[in-house]
Amino acid sequence: MSILVYKSTRLLVQGITGSEGLFHTRQMVAYGTNVVSGVTPGKGGEWVDQKIPVFDSVKIAVEATGANTSIIFVPARFAADSIFEAADAGIPFIICITEGIPVSDMMRVRTYIDQLGVRLLGPNCPGLLTPGEAKVGIIPGDIAIPGNIGIVSRSGTLTYEVLYALKQVGMGSSTTVGIGGDPVNGTNHIDVLQMFEDDPHTDKVVMIGEIGGSDEEKAAEFIATKMTKPVVGFIAGQTAPAGKRMGHAGAIIEGGSGSAADKIRALEKAGVKMARHPEEIPGLLN
Amino acid sequence: MKLHEYQSKQIFARYGIPIPKGKVTAAASEAKEIAKELGGRVVIKAQVLVGGRGKAGGIKVAKDPDEAELFATQILSMEIKGLPVRKVLVDEAASIEQEIYLGITNDRAAKRPVIMASAAGGVEIEEVAKTDPDKIIKLHINPLLGIKDYQTRDIAAGIDLPREYWKQFGDILKALWQVYNDNDATLAEINPLVISKDKRLVALDGKMLIDDNALFRHSDLANVRDTDEDAPSEIEARKYGLTFIKLDGNIGCMVNGAGLAMASMDILKFFGGDPANFLDIGGGAGADKVAAAMRIILSDPNVKAILFNIFGGITRCDEVARGILTAIAEVQPKVPMVVRLVGTNAKEGRAMLANANMITAETLADAAQKAVAAAKGAQA
Repeated sequence: MSILVYKSTRLLVQGITGSEGLFHTRQMVAYGTNVVSGVTPGKGGEWVDQKIPVFDSVKIAVEATGANTSIIFVPARFAADSIFEAADAGIPFIICITEGIPVSDMMRVRTYIDQLGVRLLGPNCPGLLTPGEAKVGIIPGDIAIPGNIGIVSRSGTLTYEVLYALKQVGMGSSTTVGIGGDPVNGTNHIDVLQMFEDDPHTDKVVMIGEIGGSDEEKAAEFIATKMTKPVVGFIAGQTAPAGKRMGHAGAIIEGGSGSAADKIRALEKAGVKMARHPEEIPGLLN
Repeated sequence: MKLHEYQSKQIFARYGIPIPKGKVTAAASEAKEIAKELGGRVVIKAQVLVGGRGKAGGIKVAKDPDEAELFATQILSMEIKGLPVRKVLVDEAASIEQEIYLGITNDRAAKRPVIMASAAGGVEIEEVAKTDPDKIIKLHINPLLGIKDYQTRDIAAGIDLPREYWKQFGDILKALWQVYNDNDATLAEINPLVISKDKRLVALDGKMLIDDNALFRHSDLANVRDTDEDAPSEIEARKYGLTFIKLDGNIGCMVNGAGLAMASMDILKFFGGDPANFLDIGGGAGADKVAAAMRIILSDPNVKAILFNIFGGITRCDEVARGILTAIAEVQPKVPMVVRLVGTNAKEGRAMLANANMITAETLADAAQKAVAAAKGAQA
C-alpha cells in the first residue's frame, strides 16, 4: 500500500561509508529496508556491518546485487557525478539527499535524466517513507504509522512535524514523499499527486509547500482538474519577508508569483482545505 | 553572491565582450586622473549592490576632469538605500543610438537556463516586463549543448536588430553564455547593451549573481565578496554555516530546517506574536553551532523571548541541548526561553535542560503561545 518504495525495493547506497551515509544506512536497515549494496569509489570489496557489500562503481553494484533504487549521500561537489553514474548504470529511481548542489549541475542532470526517462527525487530532500515497508532516506521511522494518507512535501523537518501530529491522533501514511526545496529538482508536487490519485491504498492527500517558485500554483490547477481524492494543504512562509531581489532577470522570470498568499489563494480555489498551522492538518482530514 | 558592476564588466572583457574604457577607484583625486587619461566626457558611477543608482543620484556625467573629481567626491560620500558608496567607476561617456536588454538566468520552472532580450533596454525594463511582456523574447538553452549560432540569430531577429549588427551581437551573446556557464552565474546581464553612434555594440552596464553553492570552485570570486548589504549578524551566521535573516519582531527563533523555521514564524504570528528572525541551524548541527546561533539571536536588543523548536532527525536533540547550555553559561541571557524538543534523543535533551529554568512545551501550538505570552511579559 504505497508508491515509489516498497518491501520489494532493492536499495543501493551511494556514499555508504561516509558518516551520514553509514548512519542512515544503519537506520534504514533497522527499519527493515532491503539495502542490498553500497558504493564508495576506492572501497570496493569492503563490507558494511558484515552484511552489505561495498563496490567501486554503481554499474558493478547493480550487476552483482540487482539494485533497482539508489540513494545518494555524497558531498555536494560530487553529487551530480553520482546521479549521472546511477542513471548510466540503469537505475530507474534515484533519491538524492545531498544539500547545496550547484544549480548549474542540477540543470545538466535534469536535462540528461529526462532524456533517459530516469526518475529523480530531490536533491536536498529527506527521501521517502512507506511506514511498515521501507524507509529510503532520513525521515525518522518512529514518528509515522501505516495508514491511508499520502503526504508530499517540499520541506524536511516540517514533514516530520506533520507525521508526528497525525500519529498523535492515530492517523497514518501510505507513503510520505519529500521532494526537496531546491529550485531545480527532479520529481515535483504534480508527479506525486498523480501517483497518489492512482494508488488504491491512498484515500486522502496532504500537500506541504513553501514560498518561491510556481510548483504549488501548478499543483492547484492539477488538483482542480485531475484529482478526485480530498487534499489538505499547508504553505510555509506566510510571514517571510520578500526575498532579496535577484536583479531584473529574476523579477522578469519569476513575475509576481511565489508568495504564500498567492499559493494559498490558488489552492483554496482548487478546493484544497488549507491549514493555518501544521497541527491543524489532522483535524482537516476528518 | 552579487558582483559589482565593475567586477562583472571586468569578467565580460576577459571573454571579449566590448565594454567602455574605464577604471574603478575609491579616491576622488584619482577619478580626476582617470578622466584625464580617458579624455573628453566621462560617467561617474557609484559601485553599490542595489538597483536604482541613477535615480538616487549615484550616476553622473562629467564634462571635464575637474567636474569628474567634484562628482566623484559627492558620490563617494553618498549612501544609496543604506549602503555606503566605497568605490566609483569612471567610464568614458558613450554616444547612444539604441539601448538593448540582454540577460541569461536560470528558469526554475523550465529547469533550464533562459536567454532574455529586448529592444527596449535600459532602466525601465522591469516596467516593460509587466506592461508589455511581448517586447521581451525568451529562449531556453539546453545546458548540455550550450548556445548554438542559429539561436543567436533567432534572438537578434526577434528583437528586430538590424542585420549589420548580427555578427557582433552573436559574438557577444556567445561570450555572455560562456561568462554565465564558466562562473556558475545565476544571472549574467547586460543592461543596456548599446548601439553607439559609431555603430558598435558596447556593454554599458553589467550585473552578475554567482551561485553560493558553487563558490567552492570559484575561490577567486568568493574572495571578493562585498558584505556591506548584509547585517553583521548575517555575516556572523554565515561563518558558522547558519542561515539567518534578521526581522523586526521581538521573539527570537531557533529551528532546524528552513520549512519548519518558516512555519514556526508563521505560527508565532498566528498567535499574535512577532518573530525577530529566521534562523535555520540546518541538519545535524552540533553544540558549537547551536551556541553560536544563540549568541547571534541574543545580540539583537529587541529580543524579549526565544523559541527553540527542534525536530530531531539528523539533528540530535541532546546535541542541541548541550549547545543551549553552553550558550546560557556564556551569555547569561535575561529573556525567557521556550523550548520544544521532539524526535531523535529528545528525552535525553529534555533531561539535560530540566534545571536550565526554561519553559517547556509539547506541541508547536503550545510552544508558540507560550513564547508569545513570554514576550508580552506574562508568565507562561
